[in-house]
Amino acid sequence: MRHTISVLVENKFGVLARISGLFSGRGFNIESLSVAPTLDLTTSRMTIITRGDDAIIEQVTKQLNKLIDVIKVIDFSDEDFIERGIVLVKVNSEPNNRAEILRMTEIFRGKVVDVSTKTYTIEVTGAEAKVSAFVEMIKPLGIIEIARSGKIAMSRGKKTLG
Amino acid sequence: MEYTGAEIFVKSLLKQGADLIFGYPGGVVLPIYDELFKTPKLRHILVRHEQGAVHMADGFARANGKPGVALVTSGPGATNTVTGIATANMDSIPIVVFTGQVPTGLIGNDAFQEADIIGITRPCVKHSYLVRDVKDLASTIAEAFYIATTGRPGPVVVDLPKDVLLAKTKFEYPETVELRSYRPTTSANKRQIDKLAAALEEAKRPVLYVGGGMILTNAAAELKKLAHTIQAPVTMTLMGLGSFPSLDDLCLGMLGMHGTYRANMAVTHTDLIVALGARFDDRVTGKLDEFAPNAKVAHVDVDPTAISKNVPTHIPVVGDLKDAMKKLNAVIAESKVDWKTKHKPWLAQIDEWKHANKLEYVKKTNVIKPQFVVEEIDRVTGGDAIFTTEVGQNQMWAAQYLTLKRPRTFLTSGGLGTMGYGFPAAIGAQAAFPDKVVIDIAGDGSIQMNIQELGTAVQQRLPVIVVILNNGFLGMVRQWQQLFHGNRYAYTCMESQPDFVKLAEAYGALGIRATKPEEVGPALEKAIAARRPTIIDFVVDREENVYPMVPAGSPLNKMLLA
Repeated sequence: MRHTISVLVENKFGVLARISGLFSGRGFNIESLSVAPTLDLTTSRMTIITRGDDAIIEQVTKQLNKLIDVIKVIDFSDEDFIERGIVLVKVNSEPNNRAEILRMTEIFRGKVVDVSTKTYTIEVTGAEAKVSAFVEMIKPLGIIEIARSGKIAMSRGKKTLG
Repeated sequence: MEYTGAEIFVKSLLKQGADLIFGYPGGVVLPIYDELFKTPKLRHILVRHEQGAVHMADGFARANGKPGVALVTSGPGATNTVTGIATANMDSIPIVVFTGQVPTGLIGNDAFQEADIIGITRPCVKHSYLVRDVKDLASTIAEAFYIATTGRPGPVVVDLPKDVLLAKTKFEYPETVELRSYRPTTSANKRQIDKLAAALEEAKRPVLYVGGGMILTNAAAELKKLAHTIQAPVTMTLMGLGSFPSLDDLCLGMLGMHGTYRANMAVTHTDLIVALGARFDDRVTGKLDEFAPNAKVAHVDVDPTAISKNVPTHIPVVGDLKDAMKKLNAVIAESKVDWKTKHKPWLAQIDEWKHANKLEYVKKTNVIKPQFVVEEIDRVTGGDAIFTTEVGQNQMWAAQYLTLKRPRTFLTSGGLGTMGYGFPAAIGAQAAFPDKVVIDIAGDGSIQMNIQELGTAVQQRLPVIVVILNNGFLGMVRQWQQLFHGNRYAYTCMESQPDFVKLAEAYGALGIRATKPEEVGPALEKAIAARRPTIIDFVVDREENVYPMVPAGSPLNKMLLA
């Protein structure tokens, strides 16, 4: 099963290596990863998307917690949460498909962020399913380049990680 | 007043209560060595190879419970420590390894003797630090010792660039360490303890399955109390040996691949297995699906990752084992159960197993059996010694045939299985207890992996005794080749061997050789009386095997008995 795990860590060099090393060393899978400092610049927040059965996910969260530089771990999968990722897609824009590109962008509430004579570059944000669906829809129109971010996540309501 | 990083290093170690370093100097750590020269109360033992320094620090820590300290230079000095660090990590041994590093400005430049030791050791440390500012040095050293010794102990590496050792700052050593990201659970949850006690009250065939955690937390007295009160049998992992007396009626001996028949049968038939500071290693469980098939599992461990990692746990107790044992004993003391009679049928069954298949071997008069050497060591020392082992057959015979009385008297590389561990570990233990008899039970293969430390033992006048069970083979691998690879002894025979007696003498140690059974006892007595580093070369039966044996991947009750 797919799990979204947020990890609050000390913002020190080498912490990312410890976390990625933990995943590779123990054979856990990382589907996506994003890292950035929080409001408190001494901490960073990582969001890791991983897959595994309950026993594996239990080990993943326990092993993360065991790392000295890890302050807190939340597995969002048991609760209501918001997940967002961003994708930039550079599409071949021909006179005959420009309208279709713009229509798709509008349906997915995306933005055209760059235009040239031959290309449109579109930005779409959203949960994994939405971003993937947009990419699927736009594919037949001719994707030249794609850049997808790792996901970030947050609990709904009052609950916080920090 | 300001001090250099090197001065702060020495002051911090003294503040920490460390009085002994195992080390090897080199370019970038010269500022520290200069301070050590001026600080005789911080003793330094010069090793012959950095791996030896780490195993010595590890043996020192296992023998006396205090954290061991190793100090090496950058580059190859640092990379040579890796096996020692990984060994300590697998067995949860508190050591702090200080490595020199090239000056901060050169890091990443492929400078002379530069190695990214933090990167290299990352998967096999509890934690590690690269100190980049002298102002962080004292607090980092305090944190390193704190992390190494608390929670589930383990090795911590502190990398020290040369410019940090030369830079100056004030010396302030923190009185206490507080880390927001590291707060090990030390207090066992009372409700879980109650559940465990209730399960013990219900169980008909309980087994206490004890690992190295019992030794690390110094909880042997609490274990004895629990086992005797509830009259439950105790089996130990290799790492747990010594935590419960071998000759106690309730002792089943070691379990697992080379465990006793009764221990493996008891675990197979138990209805409640209580894991106390153990981690269900594959060498213990055999085939996982058929391990303790009828048992409820209770597991007490300070490390939450150990719980339900290999075996699903019904009653998890996270916390310091000693604290948990005390609380459990307190609850049991209130129990109304008639413990004296409750397990009688179970203990009778175990007694039957005990007599059905004892640990035994065919004694011979014309050739020394390796098991006989271990029995003779046991007899001659009366068990009043610290034993270390190498890895392989020597280790298993030592585990099977020594009758241990106390914790911290059997030091062995259990998790990593490091050949070459025993001899330097014995030197470390001897440094901690100069007056005790310290014996490394070795094979002719593994002793050659760190034989150079003979120089260290002689220089420091540490009277370690190395007993070589010399069969001219890498015996355990040969045993597997015989049993599972059609007798094809591929590259397990060391046809060229040094003359170990002459080798000992060349180093200035005592060398003794024995080839007949009647020479074994006198050779050991002579070595113990000599009080100087000694190698005894026991020429033993070449193709003796370790039994019982559970083939890898088989269930525990499918033992090869001979």
